[in-house]
Amino acid sequence: MKKIEAIIKPFKLEEVKDALADLGIEGMTVSEVKGFGRQKGHTEIYRGSEYTVDFLPKIKIEVVLAEDVVEKATAAIVKAAKTGKIGDGKVFISPVEEAIRIRTDETGDKAV
Amino acid sequence: MIKRTRWGFLSLTLAVSLFAILPLQAQESITAVTEAVAVTNDDGTFTEAVTVAVEEAAPSGEPSLEDRVADIEAYFHNVDRPSGDASKIKVPGPGHNAWQMMSTALVLFMTLPGLALFYGGLVRSKNVLSILAMCLGIAGLVTILWWAVGYSLTFSGGNAFIGDTAQRFFTGMAPGNVGAGYYWISDYMWAMFQLSFAIITPALIFGATAERMKFSAVLLFTAIWMFVVYFPLAHMVWAVNGFMCGPLNADAGIKAIDFAGGTVVHMSSGWSAVILCMILGPRLGFGKVPMPPHSLVLVMIGTGMLFVGWFGFNAGSALGSDALASNAFTTTVLAAATAGFVWGMLEWVVRGKPSVLGFCSGIVAGLVTITPGAGFVTPTSAVIMGVLGGIVPFFAVVYLKKALGYDDALDTFGIHAVGGTMGAILTGVFADPAVNGVLSSMNLMDGLVVNQLKACALTIVLSVVATAIIAFAVKFTIGLRPTQDEEREGLDTVDHGEEGYIFDK
Repeated sequence: MKKIEAIIKPFKLEEVKDALADLGIEGMTVSEVKGFGRQKGHTEIYRGSEYTVDFLPKIKIEVVLAEDVVEKATAAIVKAAKTGKIGDGKVFISPVEEAIRIRTDETGDKAV
Repeated sequence: MIKRTRWGFLSLTLAVSLFAILPLQAQESITAVTEAVAVTNDDGTFTEAVTVAVEEAAPSGEPSLEDRVADIEAYFHNVDRPSGDASKIKVPGPGHNAWQMMSTALVLFMTLPGLALFYGGLVRSKNVLSILAMCLGIAGLVTILWWAVGYSLTFSGGNAFIGDTAQRFFTGMAPGNVGAGYYWISDYMWAMFQLSFAIITPALIFGATAERMKFSAVLLFTAIWMFVVYFPLAHMVWAVNGFMCGPLNADAGIKAIDFAGGTVVHMSSGWSAVILCMILGPRLGFGKVPMPPHSLVLVMIGTGMLFVGWFGFNAGSALGSDALASNAFTTTVLAAATAGFVWGMLEWVVRGKPSVLGFCSGIVAGLVTITPGAGFVTPTSAVIMGVLGGIVPFFAVVYLKKALGYDDALDTFGIHAVGGTMGAILTGVFADPAVNGVLSSMNLMDGLVVNQLKACALTIVLSVVATAIIAFAVKFTIGLRPTQDEEREGLDTVDHGEEGYIFDK
C-alpha cells in the first residue's frame, strides 16, 4: 500500500476527484492548507500599513491505495491538476505500513 | 349725545355688543369703560342709561391672546417665548423635542453598535470582543456617572471651569421642564442627548490602545478621565457660564465656538489617545507581524452607522428641528461624502488602488472635521472642509504615524485629533453670521480664528497632561497591559472568557 499526498490549486479539486473516480478510486481525504513554493504572494495595504501575504491557499488530497493502482492514480492526478503555470503543486508518495477499515476490521488491501 | 334715531339705536347696540366681546381679547389693555346714554322712546318714556363696565384684565400673569399666538410663533422659530414664565406652553415643543429624542437615539447608535463594529472589524479576530466590551462597558459606566453627578458637574451652575453638584441624581429636574438646553426641548432630553456624547468620547480613545489594554484598566481610566477632562471641558465649551462658550457666555475667557464637539469630543479623545498609546507601548510584534483588519465588512457596516448616526450628533446639536438643524444636516452630508471620496481618490493616485478602508476612513474624517462647524458654515464651506478632511488626516494616518513610530492601532489620533483640530480652526475661518445669528449677536466674529486656536491649545494641554497623569496612575496601580502570553492569546478569552466566532459547527 502506498499513500499519495497531492498539493494542488483549490479550483482543481473537482477535476482531480473526477479523474480518480474514473479509475474506480472513490475515497480520499481533503484538507485546506496554505503554502508556497516558487509562486509569489501579493501585497495588501491597510491605511498605510503594508503586508506581504506569502502564503497561498492550496488543497491537500490524501489517498491510500493498493500498489497496483498507484502509478495510474498518480498520473491521473498530475494530468488533472496541471495548468502549466507556477503554483500547480506537488505529489508525494510514501509507503504505508498498515490500514484498517474500522467498520469491518478488514486490513491490508481489503481496507483501502 | 346719541341722536334718537333708529340708526343711532342700532349703532349703540353694535357698540354695546362689541364691548361685550372685546373683554375676551384685549384684557390687559382694557380698563373700565362707562357709557351713559339716555334714549327717549317713541311713546315718550326714557330708557335707562346703559352702562358698560368692562372687567379689569384677568388675574395678572395670564397672557393675552396675542401673546399666546406670539408664543406659538416662537415655537416655529425655536426662540424664547414672549410670554416668559406665564406662557401656557412652557413645555417641550413636540417637533423640536421629537427631533431631540431621535438625535439622542442616533448618537447612542453611533456607539452601539456603530463604533463597536467600525473598531471591531479593524482588530484581529481574537480581540473583536474586547472592542465590543469596551463600548458596552463604557456606555454603562458613563451613564451611571452622568446620572449620579456628571450631568450636574457639566451643566449645573458652578464657575467658568466646572459646574456644581446641585443636580446630582437629577435632583430638581422634571421631564416637562425646558430651558436647560434650549427653549423647546425637555430638560431630560438635554441631559440624555449630552449623555450620548459623554459615552462616545471615551470610547473613541481606546481605538489607539486596541489589542493590548486590559479591560479593568479601560474602565478605571475612563472613570477618572471623565471627571478630570470631559466634564470640565464640556462645561467650558457648552455651559452658559463656560470659559470657552462664546455663543452663551458674554464673559467667556475664550470666545470660541464648537457646534457639536470638535474640541469636546474629537480633540479630547484624539490627543488623549496618542499620549495613552505611547505610554502603553506598541502591540507585541508591531512592525513585524502582519495585523490586518479581520473584517472590513464589519468596518464598512460600522461606518454606515456612524454616518447616519452623525446626523443626530450634528443636526441634533441645533437643539431644535429648525433651519439651523437643516443647515447642520446638509453640511454634514456634504463634508462626509466629499472627504470619503477624496480619500479614496487620493489612495488611487498615491497607492495605486482605492480601498474600502480608505473610503470608510475618509467619511469618518470628514464627519469629524465638520463637527465643530456644522451649524456655523455654509454648504460650500462644508465641501471645502470635506476636501481638506479627506487629505490632511490621510497624510497623518499614512505618513505621520510611520514617521513618529507610535502604535495608534485604529488611527484615533490621525482622524480624530488631526481632523478635530483642523475642523475647529477651519470653523473659525468659515463661520458665517448668515448661517447662525449668534455669531453677530454675541459678537464672536472678531478675532474668531485666534480664539479657536486658543480653545484648541487649552483642549490639547488639558487632554495631554491629564491623560499622562491618569495613565501613569493606572499603570502603577492595577497596570495597563495584559501579560505577553495573554496578549498573544487574545483579550477576548483572557478578559471576557468568550470567542467572537465559533465556526466549528
